[in-house]
Amino acid sequence: MCEVELKKENIVYAKSSLMLDNVMHYCPGCSHGTVHKLIAEIVEEMGLQSKTIGVSPVGCAVFAYNYIDVDWAEAAHGRACAVATGIKRLHPNKMVFTYQGDGDLSAIGTCETIHAAARGENIAVVYINNAIYGMTGGQMAPTTLLGMKTATTPYGRDPRLNGYPYKIADMLAHLDGVCYITRQSVHTPANVRKCKKAIRKAFENAMAGKGFSMVEVVSTCNSGWKLSPVQANEWLEQNMLPFYPLGDVKDI
Amino acid sequence: MADKEVKLMKGNEVIAYAAIRYGCDGYFGYPITPQSEVMETLMELKPWETTGMVVLQAESEIASVNMLYGGAATGKRVMTSSSSPGVSLMSEGMSYLAGAELPCLIVNCQRGGPGLGTIQPSQGDYFQACKGGAHGDFHLIVLAPNSVQEMHDFVALAFDLAFKYRNPAMILADGAIGQMMEKVTLAPQRPRKTDAEIEAECKSWAIYGKPADRARNVVTSLELRSEEMEKINLRLQAKYRAMEENEVRYEAVECDDADYVIVAFGSSARICSATVELARAEGLKVGLLRPVTLYPFPKKPIAELAKRGVKGFLSAELNAGQMVEDVRLAVNGLVPVEHYGRQGGSLFTPDEVYRALKDKIINRG
Repeated sequence: MCEVELKKENIVYAKSSLMLDNVMHYCPGCSHGTVHKLIAEIVEEMGLQSKTIGVSPVGCAVFAYNYIDVDWAEAAHGRACAVATGIKRLHPNKMVFTYQGDGDLSAIGTCETIHAAARGENIAVVYINNAIYGMTGGQMAPTTLLGMKTATTPYGRDPRLNGYPYKIADMLAHLDGVCYITRQSVHTPANVRKCKKAIRKAFENAMAGKGFSMVEVVSTCNSGWKLSPVQANEWLEQNMLPFYPLGDVKDI
Repeated sequence: MADKEVKLMKGNEVIAYAAIRYGCDGYFGYPITPQSEVMETLMELKPWETTGMVVLQAESEIASVNMLYGGAATGKRVMTSSSSPGVSLMSEGMSYLAGAELPCLIVNCQRGGPGLGTIQPSQGDYFQACKGGAHGDFHLIVLAPNSVQEMHDFVALAFDLAFKYRNPAMILADGAIGQMMEKVTLAPQRPRKTDAEIEAECKSWAIYGKPADRARNVVTSLELRSEEMEKINLRLQAKYRAMEENEVRYEAVECDDADYVIVAFGSSARICSATVELARAEGLKVGLLRPVTLYPFPKKPIAELAKRGVKGFLSAELNAGQMVEDVRLAVNGLVPVEHYGRQGGSLFTPDEVYRALKDKIINRG
């Protein structure tokens, strides 16, 4: 084995200086790590570290504050958009974003999410939708697909028993306070690049005072889905994307 | 010195005036009777055009207390107000505020319960305010005003104590204090703290965007390692002991020579001060001890009265008997302690309390 000296001009990729070295608690293959990396890169590229305040949820991303080197508030379950509202109203020139999962945002936090959007709060919301409660052990979420097996739908989600999944992104898009809603994924390199552009746009909107922006990231939970990382990416394409199609839902 | 600014105002209105003049940075609220005048007055006064104070009507008390959490996390002086059922909705948030050690002010203008209950005055939320009222071991700092002037004065006191201890503070008023009109002397307008002042004061914990010269701050109540969480719990308890040592406030009326003492807070204490006059006119040596801080509770002065030879205590409350438990703990069995109360939004009269004092304490068999 020979040592190769890397020349600075040959380096095409480096870890964002805002990504901390704490060992991540996320499972291998999980989408959270990728989305965290994108946020760290975007904050760094926009030069916003000293202006950024993140709001972490209850759920797997509760510890987001251990990984991205900005100020954070950890919100009660579902309340991130209300917490972010309080921060942003008092600091209108700061970059305030929430990072929430589907249980947090579209179940227990539905009310806080809808009203922050309706008021047109100038915040960016990063919404990780993996159709399951990850942290608590893989229970049904409002986003769980019909027929999908979870810890609380062991025979598959049955609409007569469990109701139907819903697309909160499409609902929010109808609200006047909302300027940007998009649905992205990070299961391929091309999708990661698109997702980064989308999150950056949401952050720019929040700083420009254009209103409420949300980037839904259709994500994998390979542990909860009981699939390998590669199988989970395939399952996402075959099952999640037909119900949660990628692309902009609203952009004004 | 400028002339005093004296106005005739409702208790709820004066909360709004006092907040603006204290230099409060933000109010987040949701309408509920009998405290809606707080936000109505703020919206009418438009402080965002003068002091820069933010006023926002939330979609629920759950949202308003979490907006409070966000605002308080930045080191700014923020408040909310509500009445009993709304405060129940805020209880989750109060636990998080206490756990994350965020200074802020919550005003509870109590009404009768349980459930939707009545919109008339009550003191039925004593347990909720003083014994935690939500999950986990925590305390709010609880102040009980008995006049419109104290509604005004306690806004500043509550904020000062909240920041001194990095702990949420509550003004526990009731529908009577909130709705009644009295003369009040308003404090002069103070400037709001500048961002630079707040950053200097709260640099070790507040979140306002991480500058290059400090590590990131994280406002959280989460700690999964039990040995670390226990350390946090012990630190919180040490803080509560310090409050008990340093912040007890009470008013003693004619207690020095009293044979019998009525313990009452807030609007009840106003009524009971007339009971003391009735008794004294008949030659009975009756005093009134009015806790101003319900948490920390004035245990020591009550215990000292019991040791000094007071023959009995009557805890007069607009509830079924809540504070009486703390009076009994303070008296510790030395002399009889009884409760007299009215519920459902009814108030008692001075005569009624006097009769109860005679029946339950003075003439007890």
